[in-house]
Amino acid sequence: MLVSTKWLAEYVNTHGLDPKELGEKITRSGIEVDAVIDRSHGMTNVVVGYVKECMKHPEADKLNICQVDVGEETTQIICGAPNVAAGQKVIVARPGAVLPGGIKIKKAKLRGEESNGMICSLQELGIEGRLVPKAYAEGIYVLPETATPGESALPLLGLDDTLLELGLTPNRSDALSMLGVAYEVGAILSEDMKYPEATYTESSEKASDYLSLRIDAIEANPMYVAKVVKNVQIKESPLWLQHRLMAAGVRPHNNVVDITNYVLMEYGQPLHAFDYDRLETKELVIRLANDGEKIVTLDDQERTLKSNHLVITNGKEPVAIAGVMGGANSEVHDGTTTVVIESAYFTGGSVRQTSKDHNLRSDASARFEKGVDPNRVILAAERAASLLAELADGEVLAGSVVVDELDKVPAEVVVSPDFINNRLGMKISLEDMTSILTRLKFDHQAANGYLYIKAPTRRQDIKIPEDIVEEIARMYGYDEIPMTLPVEESKPGGLSSYQARRRQVRAYLEGAGLYQAITYSLTSKEMSQKFALETAPVTELLMPMSEERSTLRQSLIPHLLDAVTYNTARQADTVALYEVGSVFLGETESGLPHEQEHLAAVIAGKWLDHSWQGEKKAVDFFVLKGIVEGLMELLGHSKELTFERTVVDGLHPGRTASIKLAGEEIGLIGQLHPSEQKMRDLKETYVVELNLAKVINKEVEALYYAPVSKFPSITRDIALVVDSEKATGELQAIIQLSGGRLLKGVHLFDLYEGEKMEAGKKSVAFSLTYFDPERTLTDEEVVNAHNKVLKALAEQAGAELRG
Amino acid sequence: MEAQLQQLKEEALQKIEASMNVKELNDVRVAYLGKKGPITDLLKGMGKLPAEERPKMGALVNVVREEVTEVLEARMTLLQDQAIQEQLEKESIDVTLPGRPVKTGNHHPLTRVVEEIEDLFISMGYEIAEGPEVEKDYYNFEALNLPKGHPARDMQDSFYISEDILLRTHTSPVQARTMEAKEGKPIKIICPGKVYRRDNDDATHSHQFTQIEGLVIGENIRMSDLKGTLSVFAKKMFGEDREIRLRPSFFPFTEPSVEMDISCFKCGGSGCNVCKKTGWIEILGAGMVHPNVLEMAGYDSKKLSGFAFGMGPERIAMLKYGVEDIRHFYTNDVRFLSQFHRTEV
Ligand SMILES: [Zn+2]
Repeated sequence: MLVSTKWLAEYVNTHGLDPKELGEKITRSGIEVDAVIDRSHGMTNVVVGYVKECMKHPEADKLNICQVDVGEETTQIICGAPNVAAGQKVIVARPGAVLPGGIKIKKAKLRGEESNGMICSLQELGIEGRLVPKAYAEGIYVLPETATPGESALPLLGLDDTLLELGLTPNRSDALSMLGVAYEVGAILSEDMKYPEATYTESSEKASDYLSLRIDAIEANPMYVAKVVKNVQIKESPLWLQHRLMAAGVRPHNNVVDITNYVLMEYGQPLHAFDYDRLETKELVIRLANDGEKIVTLDDQERTLKSNHLVITNGKEPVAIAGVMGGANSEVHDGTTTVVIESAYFTGGSVRQTSKDHNLRSDASARFEKGVDPNRVILAAERAASLLAELADGEVLAGSVVVDELDKVPAEVVVSPDFINNRLGMKISLEDMTSILTRLKFDHQAANGYLYIKAPTRRQDIKIPEDIVEEIARMYGYDEIPMTLPVEESKPGGLSSYQARRRQVRAYLEGAGLYQAITYSLTSKEMSQKFALETAPVTELLMPMSEERSTLRQSLIPHLLDAVTYNTARQADTVALYEVGSVFLGETESGLPHEQEHLAAVIAGKWLDHSWQGEKKAVDFFVLKGIVEGLMELLGHSKELTFERTVVDGLHPGRTASIKLAGEEIGLIGQLHPSEQKMRDLKETYVVELNLAKVINKEVEALYYAPVSKFPSITRDIALVVDSEKATGELQAIIQLSGGRLLKGVHLFDLYEGEKMEAGKKSVAFSLTYFDPERTLTDEEVVNAHNKVLKALAEQAGAELRG
Repeated sequence: MEAQLQQLKEEALQKIEASMNVKELNDVRVAYLGKKGPITDLLKGMGKLPAEERPKMGALVNVVREEVTEVLEARMTLLQDQAIQEQLEKESIDVTLPGRPVKTGNHHPLTRVVEEIEDLFISMGYEIAEGPEVEKDYYNFEALNLPKGHPARDMQDSFYISEDILLRTHTSPVQARTMEAKEGKPIKIICPGKVYRRDNDDATHSHQFTQIEGLVIGENIRMSDLKGTLSVFAKKMFGEDREIRLRPSFFPFTEPSVEMDISCFKCGGSGCNVCKKTGWIEILGAGMVHPNVLEMAGYDSKKLSGFAFGMGPERIAMLKYGVEDIRHFYTNDVRFLSQFHRTEV
């Protein structure tokens, strides 16, 4: 809502406050002023000129040489506008003027002819093109004949004004009108209201003799007022009315249409004007449309109606979509002589549905949607009638044609001053409270410890005691509220065990060299199931904004890979990222998808880069595996952790494992498939994804100390020759199982496969540690245990002891 | 024999003098003072001397032996020192060479902000509540006093999955769920999480972003409690000398509703580009829980009251760290992420 401060001052004394200061006061007490706009843009030297002569430039077809009386002199100005002509009063920017956008006007020569200034269009004065009356949209603006050459043009055009741009929250639809804003300002400044005048001489003829009215949809349209005005002269509106409309963001058309818009801005009550003769039937019937019924609206669009759209008809066919837009068939035009002014109450839900279905949002529909003041329906109709009499020479027929079943009773709210003070933590006196209610112009009475308040119908947001708490607080000033902390039973706060462990997981991964990434949950349908740990139906948006963001992800890996591509393309030589986030799988009983918290990580590029000491290493499978192993150790799961070769679409078939805890699959790890790498323009890239919720929630033994041995341990190394295919993990498992209780550690320390080995064989070396915390082991005991290991390895894995 | 002894002594002292390192000197020691050395031999040969000469000769040998030992030890100390000196010189390094890097990552800046806020409120007795990102229309809107057809639903155009299920548009449904679960008992929670709105991604909009909300419900919770709590928050997050101010606003789930500004932490209130010359920066929305919200969750709004507040970690991070484009938080550019490594005072 754009509020002209000059216009506003017609309804309420603004104490001559500087608009900035006024805006600040309005913001602090309830309605945010988003911007304070100086319409003059600091312009000077912009005056009225009279075009005495106008002739074509001899050297240029499109230019005119004009002799312009600018008050103190007559001067020559070259003008390129197609509509300039002798005899016009025009806007002249004289040399020295600075126009909006920083254009400086200087004396100049155009094709050899001197030009002392510029004849201006409204656009050149900073008015948006869409607001300029159509007649002047493509050329200069022509002022009324009454303008005096030499006087400043700014006041004539209402440009010596400042606008307040209100950012209205949905509850304050009362401020969608100049009067509503005036009430608010009046409450802030303790001022009374001055209502606009609505007086005219009634004709001897009656409106009801011209028009009959019937409402067949009283729920959606509980009140309708029609006034009939005849003998109107369609012409341009006076300049003051046009510039107020432009200030409010409305384009002037002709006096009748402008008056309906003016009253809309003034009262917040949308009006519509019909050409009476074009209605043809002398009746208005308001009803729900028939499915498939058609109407051509004012914007020349044919629209197909549905049975929940409310329409105004002439008894036969629709002439307007109620509250949204008029029909072309009954539009006021230059030859109109009799008009019907509609002022009605259409319910918000009905208008919202209709305007949404037709994708038509207007100043009118916006107000109906939020609810207009039931007590202004008649006032607005009368105000329009008086303006039609005044500005269109109209003859207002006596009375109105009315159907009215609208409830106009104000809401009653009963609240105790104690309740208000308890809610605020304050001690505001009853006197201060009643004084605020008086300023707000709320009917109120204080009796038996309560305030009995009748909220005015313009304030439809006031319904319950808490609403009064807010009104009192905002007018009293939020700065006055003291600062306290809740008084309550003191309880410790904290993270849940899950949340605490999740934080430890993050800290560990970061300590291991990974940066935390956050990527989008929405992805393309194609990507949504890629790398998913389980197969489940996807969750798709009903109306996605793009195919790229249409489906909820089931794996974190694809977006992390996008991040690797992004970074690699920007010369990052190492990319190491992890993300903790939800994936969305299938559907639960409640209809929501299963949301699982997952952890994923990607690494690419160099892992170690300390080149001057010769330490340099590219990422590989075991770098990432080591991170996973460390994580599981942190969480107490390392004993149950196993990796098993597997095949996953999109990953390298020979370098992928499923990760298991006590045999249960909880994740996957692997190298991105070389063809995928190529597609994404990546080098070797490794990924891992874990079902983090499962990992964290898995039960773990209580941490209990094992005594540190006082006795020495004994270490024995073994080197084995086995088939190349034999997994070292399997060998390790055999050793662990066969080693007995004295075997406390197994460590793989060498692996060799190559020329020196027989084909299809490899050499693996383990170091085994034996000890007994209670005593020193004898050689014999160790030999016995060790022999069992060797035997088991030979029997179960065909391993030969290497010399 | 005496002359022999003197000659030995001279020889030994010369050889000690000529030794240039510890090893040579040790050889001298063995040669002259060792068990098979000439001095020991002399002592052994004393048996041939007349009995009365033996004590005198013995004493003489010992004197020589001590003298030689003393000189040798002195020389030894000198040579050892020299040896250490040489070794130290050989071992000296260019201390300006780069160290072996300890590569660590760090929190995403949004996590950093969220955890800072979480920790502050935990210290004031709050718990962290979380909930699903895909929500029922009921918890996202209806339970928060936003019935179907409510005009304020326009304020947050949403991604629907079906007529009744959508991506949550704020973390408030976690509040609604917590209230339902607590069955009328007091509540003190912080709810961080991802939220989604139908916005085209640009410098100031993101279809996915983060929110963190707080909710306190108890007996006689007052607006002054909200103001005091927010002031503690503002000072902790943005500096001890921050002031706050509340401005009236509107949210369907609170009444009264306010927005909180803090005095600009960059200019202190005199006006700069961060605060758009106003001296104040809008940080969050808050209010007293609407009685309809309490009642719908089974709370008696006559007996209990509450306050709620909500803010955007993106906005806070943008203000705090001067980030100009919200998309930086979601492109995961390592050059961006790695800047949030260091600790802050
Ligand atoms: Zn500032």
